[in-house]
Amino acid sequence: MVGAACALYAARAGLDVALVDRGPVAGGTTGAGEGNLLVSDKEPGPELELALLSLRLWDELADELGPAVEYEPKGGVVVASAPEGLAALEGLAAEQRAAGVEAVDVPANRLRDLEPHLAPGLTGGVLYPQDRQVMPALAAAHLVRASRARLLTGRTVTGVLRTRQGAVRGVRTDRGDVHAPAVVNAAGTWSGEVAALAGVTLPVLPRRGFVLVTEPLPPRVRHKVYAADYVADVASDSAALQTSPVVEGTAAGPVLIGASRERVGFDRSFSLPVARALAAGATRLFPFLEQVRAMRTYLGFRPYMPDHLPAVGPDPRAPGLYHACGHEGAGIGLSTGTGHLIAQILGGGRPELDLTPFRPERFEQEAV
Amino acid sequence: MPTDLAVIGAGPAGLAASIAAAARGVRVTLVDAAPSAGGQFYRQPATGLGARRAQALHHQWRTWTRLREGLDRHIAAGRVTHLTDHHVWNVERTSTGLTVHALSGPEQETPVAVRADAVLLATGGYERVLPFPGWTLPGVLTAGGAQAMLKGTLVVPGGRVVVAGTGPLLLPVATGLAAAGVAVAALVESAGPEDFARHAGALAAQPGKAVEGALYTARLLRHRVRILPRHTVLEAHGDDRLEAVTVAALDPAGRPRPGTARRIPCDTLAVGHGMLPHTELADTLGCRIDGVAGVAVDDEQRTDVPGVWAAGEATGIGGAALALAEGHIAGRSIAARLSGTAPDPRQWERVARSRAALRRFSTTLDGVYAPPAHWADQVDDATVVCRCEEVRAGTVREAVGRLGAGDLRTVKLLTRAGMGWCQGRICTPGVAGVAGCAPTAARSPFARPVPLDVLAREPLQEGPDAC
Ligand SMILES: Cc1cc2nc3c(=O)[nH]c(=O)nc-3n(C[C@H](O)[C@H](O)[C@H](O)COP(=O)(O)OP(=O)(O)OC[C@H]3O[C@@H](n4cnc5c(N)ncnc54)[C@H](O)[C@@H]3O)c2cc1C
Ligand SMILES: Cc1cc2nc3c(=O)[nH]c(=O)nc-3n(C[C@H](O)[C@H](O)[C@H](O)COP(=O)(O)OP(=O)(O)OC[C@H]3O[C@@H](n4cnc5c(N)ncnc54)[C@H](O)[C@@H]3O)c2cc1C
Repeated sequence: MVGAACALYAARAGLDVALVDRGPVAGGTTGAGEGNLLVSDKEPGPELELALLSLRLWDELADELGPAVEYEPKGGVVVASAPEGLAALEGLAAEQRAAGVEAVDVPANRLRDLEPHLAPGLTGGVLYPQDRQVMPALAAAHLVRASRARLLTGRTVTGVLRTRQGAVRGVRTDRGDVHAPAVVNAAGTWSGEVAALAGVTLPVLPRRGFVLVTEPLPPRVRHKVYAADYVADVASDSAALQTSPVVEGTAAGPVLIGASRERVGFDRSFSLPVARALAAGATRLFPFLEQVRAMRTYLGFRPYMPDHLPAVGPDPRAPGLYHACGHEGAGIGLSTGTGHLIAQILGGGRPELDLTPFRPERFEQEAV
Repeated sequence: MPTDLAVIGAGPAGLAASIAAAARGVRVTLVDAAPSAGGQFYRQPATGLGARRAQALHHQWRTWTRLREGLDRHIAAGRVTHLTDHHVWNVERTSTGLTVHALSGPEQETPVAVRADAVLLATGGYERVLPFPGWTLPGVLTAGGAQAMLKGTLVVPGGRVVVAGTGPLLLPVATGLAAAGVAVAALVESAGPEDFARHAGALAAQPGKAVEGALYTARLLRHRVRILPRHTVLEAHGDDRLEAVTVAALDPAGRPRPGTARRIPCDTLAVGHGMLPHTELADTLGCRIDGVAGVAVDDEQRTDVPGVWAAGEATGIGGAALALAEGHIAGRSIAARLSGTAPDPRQWERVARSRAALRRFSTTLDGVYAPPAHWADQVDDATVVCRCEEVRAGTVREAVGRLGAGDLRTVKLLTRAGMGWCQGRICTPGVAGVAGCAPTAARSPFARPVPLDVLAREPLQEGPDAC
């Protein structure tokens, strides 16, 4: 997804773009996750700014590609089941409002106006009208197509070409070299490997996620609905399993129940305890789901950086190399802003956001 | 209810294994989705099996009676527990062994868990049906589906039937229908006599099978069924239901021969293009799967996951006799391994030899029976290839041509083909063929859709109280 967005904005800035991927379009994490474009789960700071920029760009793209990418400006509802949780949630919402997010407190007795099938007994919630949704694989494929970039799928990057002075001048693939004065590393969870090909370190790690997919249903869940603990899980540094429930309907009918987070490397094996925890969380929020059947799961590996911020921008250690990766559980949402910023710096302009927090070499300096 | 061995699937493989293991002191729980034992083969109507005069078929009948009696004896002695109407949705590896999770009850909503030291996956296979224009019309059934209609619970297919496609099942299905008094208008098989000639050596090495085939053919001729080798169904016609099919002869390259198309009026079309193994439970357990061929096993029928064996068509399509041989070997291997000893393969040498011969024979059949090389060309853009999600061939082609889908997974993501109720079990081969990419085995951690409240609850009781 991130590579597709970089290609689109770079091409629209007038650059000649080739998009190289070892698999097909959307064959990485993009084809294995959900497509929430969220501001609700972000604390004020650089990530939220990137999210707000990205949302604006998604809205623009929606005029062009909306139905094709199943774009739904449905809004999100975060609910709390205990007074402490609600207090924390409303506190966060107030800070987010100050940072430019639309957030509306919803008292307990109004929750069912928003979501008629919610469980009784919740203490209240916050409505985030700006939260949106796309279908990630379709989004990636349609952005690539709209970019008209040369699409070189089925090609693995095996090396980064450098001039004698050390500047990047293209990539080596298993099917020939691709020359370019600028190379953008948008290899998601595998970006650390690509960075290593250029001789630089980038600490991207996998954080596994399962999503449960139900049988198709008539629309009954209107927003993206999740419990307040989710924000804590997203920001967590723990390697242990976390499964705060996130429930959403899709244009195609199935309800998606996400999203577990655990750091277990690239282990693809199915975990019944994780599926049980997701199901339990979802049925607590929406009791009607008890009789609904789970059909399958998605499994993916979020590209995770130690400080939960992506790497976006030029790498001073390898002139000509740019990074656009490490977006963890928000790479779909943050892709447009990322692509836009990358295109701005590739074009020699000043990026719209300060890229300092996203500097790719920031971990190296900390270590020194 | 803990058990030594849980056998999933009560077809020839599962039955042979249960009997072989129980006879050696293993406590067996046999779990099967069907209301009675027999699997795909012995569940078939007596009319399909019981042609009393034909010797080969008589032999099958005797084998079935022996299995049935063996099972009943072990059940009566308390060595085997048979859980019918139990749909297994997942097999879980736990710290103490394996847990088989099943759903029972009229709506498949009651959870049942069986804890076992060893599991045998004997889940068999399912029919492959490739799409063609009109294949979604009411009146078009799978070959096995048409056969099942004969069981008496449903009406005998009305009027005229055409049996079509490719594979060794078409012959017995057509014979069964004809013997039951159904008017079979034609048997349309895309393999031709020259395909058999090419493999004559290997086919002749299995005299029993050749006799079986010849008997079926003779019976078809007696029932005046027209056999059209090297032909294919181009299209099924009808407004709200099937009225006729157009068939055509195939040229040596597998394309319809111009000028040979003709219409055959019929009310039922039974089609099948061979079988595919059920591999989902094995896949979720982490067992190695050999592409679309089946679960990979060693000489003892062990998978590469400790405690998990597989036998029968789950490990590769090969017919009932092969399933019996594999099941028997698996049962003996399990009995030995559970008692902590390595089995002595010499004890089942004869069965192993027959297993080897039958596997060679089925490899040969795979070479003989193949859908026409260019079948996907006949599927026009308007034809629905995924019925659950109503995805048309044109949409699949667009995902490949315009959106950069290069493999089946991406095709599915971009079109939703294979994402519906059947989870791609029906449409995957067709979608892959139209997309021009390699088919992959259907995969889902849930071999059956499972209610979220069942999933949410940790199973409390072990097995049904009744047993
Ligand atoms: C369960 C789950 C749920 C999620 N839900 C959401 C959500 O709701 N909203 C959201 O915004 N995000 C969500 N995410 C996160 C999101 O999916 C990712 O952040 C995003 O897909 C990352 O996109 P990407 O383009 O960086 O990486 P990818 O999509 O992984 O793309 C990287 C590409 O690089 C290619 N590549 C790697 N190495 C090489 C090489 N050497 N040569 C050539 N090509 C190479 C890969 O083939 C791959 O196609 C979720 C993730 C998971 C796992
Ligand atoms: C129409 C038709 C005609 C045939 N004619 C012939 C013939 O003439 N000669 C010949 O040799 N072979 C024939 N066969 C093939 C023969 O039926 C198979 O080779 C044989 O049945 C394979 O045995 P098996 O034990 O591997 O699997 P099966 O007989 O398929 O048994 C598998 C069992 O597993 C159960 N099962 C699967 N998944 C689950 C689950 N998740 N939970 C619970 N239970 C499950 C099924 O309900 C089934 O009872 C025919 C098949 C068909 C469909």
